[in-house]
Amino acid sequence: MKGLELPRADQTILDLEGVRVELGGKVVLRDIDVALRRGELVGVIGPNGAGKSTLLKVILGFIRPSAGAVRFAQGQRAGRGAIGYVPQSFSPDPDLPLRARDLVALGIDGDRWGFSLGGARRRAAVDEALAWVDALSYAEQPVGRLSGGELQRLLVAQALIAEPDTLLLDEPLANLDLRSQDEIVGLVGRVAHERGVTVMLVTHDMNPILGVMDRLLYLAGGRAALGTPDEVVRAEVLGALYGHHVDVLRVHGRILVVGAAEVESLTCEA
Amino acid sequence: MMHVLGLLFPPGLLTAPFMQNAWISGSAVAILSALVGFFAVLRGATFVAHAVPRASFAGAAGAALVGGDTLLGLGIFSAISALGIAFLTSRRDRGQITALVLAAALGLGALFLALGDAYAPQVYALLFGQIVGISRADVLGILGLTGLTAAAVAVLYRPLLFVSVAPDVAEARGVSRHRFNVLFLLLVALSATAAVPVVGALLSFSLMVGPAAAASYFGRSPASALWLSVAIGLVSVWLALVLAYDTGMPVGFFVAVVTAAFYGLGRLWALTADPLADAA
Repeated sequence: MKGLELPRADQTILDLEGVRVELGGKVVLRDIDVALRRGELVGVIGPNGAGKSTLLKVILGFIRPSAGAVRFAQGQRAGRGAIGYVPQSFSPDPDLPLRARDLVALGIDGDRWGFSLGGARRRAAVDEALAWVDALSYAEQPVGRLSGGELQRLLVAQALIAEPDTLLLDEPLANLDLRSQDEIVGLVGRVAHERGVTVMLVTHDMNPILGVMDRLLYLAGGRAALGTPDEVVRAEVLGALYGHHVDVLRVHGRILVVGAAEVESLTCEA
Repeated sequence: MMHVLGLLFPPGLLTAPFMQNAWISGSAVAILSALVGFFAVLRGATFVAHAVPRASFAGAAGAALVGGDTLLGLGIFSAISALGIAFLTSRRDRGQITALVLAAALGLGALFLALGDAYAPQVYALLFGQIVGISRADVLGILGLTGLTAAAVAVLYRPLLFVSVAPDVAEARGVSRHRFNVLFLLLVALSATAAVPVVGALLSFSLMVGPAAAASYFGRSPASALWLSVAIGLVSVWLALVLAYDTGMPVGFFVAVVTAAFYGLGRLWALTADPLADAA
């Protein structure tokens, strides 16, 4: 992993235009217009079933939109390793014969045919990736014996070693204790701001991420609003997304979102 | 000491032609089963590794009925059952489809046996193997299948490993979960075709899963677990051949016992290495 020159921050790297997704006859996402800039950290928030994971799958190409398009910026490489992905569930068997360093090494060329012969350069690249996410101390441990936070770091290292332009993380904070949550949020902040990688982080809980995110993508009722936290978490924006009246209450520096019918509340430190 | 060695290695153990065929085909099947079994254990697909060899039994029964080639019959039925499992199984109901394919194949096998006039020893050999009754032609067929499977594993190794240990991540890198599931099941079919004539439809499972499962406890990295799996498979078959030759009891019995013993040692090893592993 070599140091990167940070390109202009306003360069659009990924463009979703009028994306509509229907799954099993149900419209999950509609009219999604989102342009992501290089090196920005975007939190994707919204209630359960709002289509957060679906949005990531559309970007990854797992799901084809029924209308609209996902465009990568011109001159942007697509394919192998261009998009890093940290999935929602990764819980390896305790006896899986796979060390932390083996998992990260798969990020280099796990998609290539044949087998790799190892070598000093390869080992150095893996060590560097492990060091960058502060995981060198458990490099030789079997992945099945690691904690959730340790696994998340490895998955990030595994994605970064392929030098992606975009990193998508699906609920990386779920099932982590508060301290690990803060560490992962800090790590993805460094990924975006030090390495110039565009990061999209999906979470159902706004609390841990508000202080770090450059922008928030709020999904509700299949629609999206993208803006700074202050722009998005407002009554008229969220009300339009839900399709009915929503109150945003600011109490002692905390924000509370209260819907009228489906009572959905989000508390967060502003 | 010489006396004990003489008892363990009586004349003919290495030189009798039928024993030479047994050593060669047994070793080939051990390598093949260990290579494929490694991925079966990684993927948690041991039921499939169990079902495909047993389903292929119908092919051998069918071949006996029409007077065809046993290996060909085994190959056709193991491939059909593997592809049936691959294409009918959705993400949620992995077990049911495998069980249904297995039941259908076993039913067909019973029908073929009833229609034909196979006598009991033939059926017995198909179910439990006849490692000392392997012909030169069978040996060549088994060696061919082993070479083919080993070459396929060498080519598929990295993406198959990736998609087996971290399917979602691998899929994001363009390694199709479905495509590699089909390829994996075809590998299982290849190895079943070679293993069933030697160790039998019922016991080929022990050679595929036992060494690989034991190796996953001893090995730390994928490569070390793979080589250990091959080594344990080879030692199991060799030990079983010696014991069977000495005692006159079935080879399949000793293969099953020795692989189970290695698995037991693996569990003990894991417990001593990390006493909390099973408590968690």
